[in-house]
Amino acid sequence: MIKNIKRFLWPGSVFVLVLILWQLATMVFHVPVYLLPGPLKVIQSGFEKRENMLISIRISALEAGLGFLCSVIGGVFISLILALSPLVRRCMMPYTILLQTVPIIAVAPLILMWFGNGLPSVVFIVFIICLFPIIANTTQGLISVEQSLLDLFRMSNASGGQVLLKLRFPHAIPNFFTGLRISSGLSVIGAFTGEWFASSNAVGQGGLGYSIIYANSQLQTDYLFALVVACSVLGSCFFFTVVWFEWFFLHNWHASVMKTETE
Amino acid sequence: MSTTETISQIDRAVEQDSKPLIVASGLNKSYGKGPAILKDISLSIATNDFISLIGPSGCGKSTLLKLVAGLSQITSGTLTIDGKPPAKARDLMSFIFQDATLLPWRTVLQNIKLLLELQGGFSPEQMQTTAMKLLELVHLKHVVNHYPRELSGGMKMRVSIARALATQPKLLLMDEPFGALDEMTRDYLNEELLRIRSEQKWTAMFVTHSVAEAVFLSTRVIVMSRDHGRILNDISIPFPYPRVSSLRSDPLFLQLVGRVSQALRESHPEEHP
Repeated sequence: MIKNIKRFLWPGSVFVLVLILWQLATMVFHVPVYLLPGPLKVIQSGFEKRENMLISIRISALEAGLGFLCSVIGGVFISLILALSPLVRRCMMPYTILLQTVPIIAVAPLILMWFGNGLPSVVFIVFIICLFPIIANTTQGLISVEQSLLDLFRMSNASGGQVLLKLRFPHAIPNFFTGLRISSGLSVIGAFTGEWFASSNAVGQGGLGYSIIYANSQLQTDYLFALVVACSVLGSCFFFTVVWFEWFFLHNWHASVMKTETE
Repeated sequence: MSTTETISQIDRAVEQDSKPLIVASGLNKSYGKGPAILKDISLSIATNDFISLIGPSGCGKSTLLKLVAGLSQITSGTLTIDGKPPAKARDLMSFIFQDATLLPWRTVLQNIKLLLELQGGFSPEQMQTTAMKLLELVHLKHVVNHYPRELSGGMKMRVSIARALATQPKLLLMDEPFGALDEMTRDYLNEELLRIRSEQKWTAMFVTHSVAEAVFLSTRVIVMSRDHGRILNDISIPFPYPRVSSLRSDPLFLQLVGRVSQALRESHPEEHP
C-alpha cells in the first residue's frame, strides 16, 4: 500500500505543481478566458455543464466501444485468413496497407453517404481506424510460431484445427493485446473524428467531438478544455480496461506482464 | 485397452530378438539442387539399440534424425521404421528437441497431457493418471502446476522427456536434448535417461556433440564426417546396463572416449585447434 502511494507521489506532485503554475500564470498575466482559462475555471465549467458533458461522454463511449468491438471481431477474422498462407498474405497485404494509409478524413464524406448521419457512420469510422493495428499484430503472432513447436505438433499428426486452437491462437495472444492497446487509444480519436462529419447536430445531443466544435464556435474555451480532459479520461479508461484484460490472460506465463523482482 | 497393451507387449518381446527397427539403405538427402547433406547412408538399428550420432557441425546428423522422424523427405534411397515409411510410423515415435519446446501458457501437467490430447481417444482421467505417473518417473511431482518459466533448464528438459514418453513410443528421437545444460545437470540427466529406459525399453536415436555423453548412453556410437555426411565409424560400446556414474572413470570407458574422439578428429582433419 505504502509502495503504491510512493509510486504515485512523484507524478502526482508534478501534476499539482503544473496546475498551480498554470492558475497563477493566468491570474498574473490577466489572460482572457477565451484564450486560456485557468484550471479552476475549467473545473467550474465542467461542473456546471456536467449533464451535457455526461451525455456527450456516453455517446462517444458508445461509438468508440462499438467500433472497437467490431474491429476486434473483424480484425481477428481477417488475421486468420491472412495467416492461412504466404500466398494469401501477398495477395491481401496491399489492401490492408491501403486501409492504414488512406486518410480517413478524405473518405469520411463517402462513409457519410453510405451510412447516413449519426451512430452507424461514426462506428464505421472507428472500425476502420482501429482495424489495422489489430490485424498487423495478430497476424504476426499467428505466423511467428517456432518451427520446433510446429514439428512437435506434426509428430503427433495434429490436424490443422488443433494447430490453430492449441498452438497458433495462444501464441498470438500477446501480439493480439499489443494491437488492442494501440487501437483502444485510437478508438476515441476515431469517434471524435467521426463526429466532426457525422454527428447528429441537435444542440447538446452530439458526442465529445461535436460538443468540442460547438464549444469552440461559442468561444466557451473553458468548457472546451473540460471536454478535452473528458476525451483523455475516456481514452484512458479504454486503454486500462485492455491492460487489465491483458494482465488477466497473460500474468501466469508471459514475460511482458509478469511480476519482476525489481518491483 | 488391456488387450491392445498385452498385444503390444508381446510384439515388443518378439522384436526384442534382433529384428531391426530402423533400416536405411543407400539414403541420400539434399535440399533442392544444393550439395548432398547425406550421402549413401546405410544403417540398421535393432530394437534394443541406443544409437548416438556424433560429428562436426553441419555433418547432417540432425538431418538424419529429421528424416527418421518424417519431418523431412528423403531424396533417394530407402528408409523404413518398423517396415513402414517414416511419415506413417509417427505413432511409434516421439521427438525430443534441442530446447524443451514446452508451451509457455500451459502448466507442467497440461504440457505433459498435450500429445495425448492431440492423439485423442483418452478420457480426462486416463490422461491425468498417465501424466501423474510420468511426473513421478521424472521426479517432478512437486511442480505439477507450475508454468515452464518457473523451472530450471534441467527441469524443463525432464518435462519434455516425460511429455515424449506419454504416448508410449517404441522409438525416441533426441536432437541434442542436453546441449544447453551445464555438465553436472547433463551427467545427472544422462543417468536419469538410462534409468527410465531400463523401465520402458524404447529404442533411442540420440544426436550429441559430447563424446563422453555418447559413450555413456549408447550401445553404438556412429561418427559422421563433414564432407557429404557419410558414416565414418560405427563403434560398439560393450558395457552392460544399468550403467552408473562410476562408469565414467572406468579405464575402458576412457579408452572408448579416446577412440571416439580420435575418429571425430579424423572426420575433419583440416581443422586443428
